[in-house]
Amino acid sequence: MIRRETLQAWALILPALVLLVAFTHWPAVTTVLDSFYSTPKGSRPQRFVGVDNYAALWDDVVFWKAFWNNLWYALATIPASVILALAMALAVNTALPGRPLVRMAYFTPTMLPMIAVANIWLFFFTPDYGLFDHVLSLFGGARHNWLGEPATALPAMMVVAVWKEAGFFMIFYLAALQAMPPDLQEASNLEGGSRWYFFRRVTLPLLMPTTLFVLVNAVINAFRVVDHVVVMTRGGPNNATNLLLYYIYEMGFRFWDTSMAATLTVVLLVMLGALAWLQFGVFGKRVHYR
Amino acid sequence: MPHATSRRSLLIGASTLAMPAIARAQGVTEIEFYFPVAVGGPITKIIDGYTAEFMALNPKIKVKPVYAGSYVDTLTKAVTATKASQGPQMALVLAVDAYSLVDDDLILPFDTLATSAEDKAWLAGFYPAFMRNGTIDGHVWGIPFQRSTIVMYYNKAIFKEIGADPEKAPATWDAHAELAAKAVQREGDRTTRWGVQIPGTGFTYWLFQAMAAQAGTQLANVDGTKVNFNDPACVEALQYWMDLSGKYKAHPPGIVDWGVTPRDFLEEKVAMIWHTTGNLSNIKNNAKFPFGVAMLPAGKRRGTPTGGGNFHMFKGANPAQQVACLAFLKFLTSPTMAAKWGIATGYVATRPDAWATPEMTSYVAGFPAAAVARDQLEFAVPELSTHENQRVAQALTDELQAALTGKKLAQQALDDAQASGSRILKPFAR
Repeated sequence: MIRRETLQAWALILPALVLLVAFTHWPAVTTVLDSFYSTPKGSRPQRFVGVDNYAALWDDVVFWKAFWNNLWYALATIPASVILALAMALAVNTALPGRPLVRMAYFTPTMLPMIAVANIWLFFFTPDYGLFDHVLSLFGGARHNWLGEPATALPAMMVVAVWKEAGFFMIFYLAALQAMPPDLQEASNLEGGSRWYFFRRVTLPLLMPTTLFVLVNAVINAFRVVDHVVVMTRGGPNNATNLLLYYIYEMGFRFWDTSMAATLTVVLLVMLGALAWLQFGVFGKRVHYR
Repeated sequence: MPHATSRRSLLIGASTLAMPAIARAQGVTEIEFYFPVAVGGPITKIIDGYTAEFMALNPKIKVKPVYAGSYVDTLTKAVTATKASQGPQMALVLAVDAYSLVDDDLILPFDTLATSAEDKAWLAGFYPAFMRNGTIDGHVWGIPFQRSTIVMYYNKAIFKEIGADPEKAPATWDAHAELAAKAVQREGDRTTRWGVQIPGTGFTYWLFQAMAAQAGTQLANVDGTKVNFNDPACVEALQYWMDLSGKYKAHPPGIVDWGVTPRDFLEEKVAMIWHTTGNLSNIKNNAKFPFGVAMLPAGKRRGTPTGGGNFHMFKGANPAQQVACLAFLKFLTSPTMAAKWGIATGYVATRPDAWATPEMTSYVAGFPAAAVARDQLEFAVPELSTHENQRVAQALTDELQAALTGKKLAQQALDDAQASGSRILKPFAR
């Protein structure tokens, strides 16, 4: 005999459960399953291939290129955007003429769609008469093929990402700073603590929960946002700006190799899972919630 | 061919079976096609106008165009929708994607449908160069509509300035490179004007194919099962491309962007560009200087790949819809319509009889540049098209970009491209 409350409880979570299972869990499970099968092609049906897809991925130079690209991309954009966000939040948290305007200016990139942002930056990076080359030429700079040179293409994409992300993270820092009781600052002033000391020993520790939240988001975004790659370089030149998610898209919807795309997805899932575990397990312990 | 006949009678049988359902829908057949337009604009209006015109003439057929983004987006959407049994009846996608569509068993041939004498004459009336990409295993899978080739646009004012004949574009590789080097302008170590730009993004393999054809070779076999990337003539072609910047200092170092190239030309930052004929109207409307259009220069011979999109009919179309599709395509590619389309867009009208219409002859008389692409068809080769086409083309593009950005030598890059291409095509090699 099932208790009535139990039935009621199930009935209450059913709508959410159905949506979660249909759009998150079931696709995830089929993705894992698909990664062990070959791609069905016209006359050749799908068949079980074991770990062949993973072995093929291991030998795929483009995958490794995208993997390292994404790693460098994450290592550069995450700290840069978080530190910039914190600096911007601290700047607009102080009394400053035209403060609302400055806050809005910092936040604007976040409101623009990534596609629009990418198109704007595409013009900035244009050789010779784009914004950067134009400004540099005033100081005698030479032509730069920012997006056409393997050495500068990925850093150029990183700059766009940092510009886009920092404003978003600033909002969280700003909210946390506003919630900080002013008596802490007064107490520190009475004790004669320097501003740097106060920042290091009071502000920063109190911002740790926000930082963890921002970091988690930054990590996810570093692997999730590839719209600017599609618009600006399509992964080129010679895969210099190919990122994992973009490679999954190409594999799945340009080459129609759905099994390989599933395999790549599983790899990305495992990577993100490991990173989340690291963040919550290791950094989470050092964060003090009130 | 008894086989074809039985298939045809089967088709007719099926169409009579489907009749009652159509009769119930008051005899109106609805068809939908996907068309690649990246942004709203003139093309959308033109196509809307053509469908309205067709529906006025054929009240029993309702045609709905769906604008679906870039070529790749259109293909992705059409294939995804078809796999989910909700596809359009037709889509205009790149002619070179025909192999993949046939391999995935997604499209229907036109020759088994267009069987009357009139239909056969219509099918035979296209330029053979445009039919090659869509003809696979003896069947016709694509109807050429939005087709192009590569041409050279050049700035006549710059030609005059450097003492070259503005009415005569360079006809050989050597003349082309020398003239390009001469057109370069420098201020100190800063180059303010380049001689030539050949875009290395977007359609890298396509531009390369032109040079390979000029060097006298093909990138793949006719069956699309083997690639020929490291042929000595291909190496020579890539070396020429690299030499334009390395040796002649006439081309910006590295790779130049597909979309930026016409803009550079309009800004007079470059004397000559290689680009699609599809850009003709854009350049005609926006150039503030006299410009010329010419065939690409010859290496061993002249050469250009064809490009652009064919109409393909998807398997979701029922017999009545197939007939409607055929009627619509015959209307779109009728001499007058094909001529109108060519004049409005700069794409090459795909049938000789379109070029004989009064509209076209008077247009060409006033603007001879429009006929360059047609005349170049004589030297045209089908665009690189193989099984697993997108993947093979990408493998080549990657290596070409590696060479152009100085990461690999021409021979090494093409050897690597050959290895990747052969690996991808292994299941198809016979």
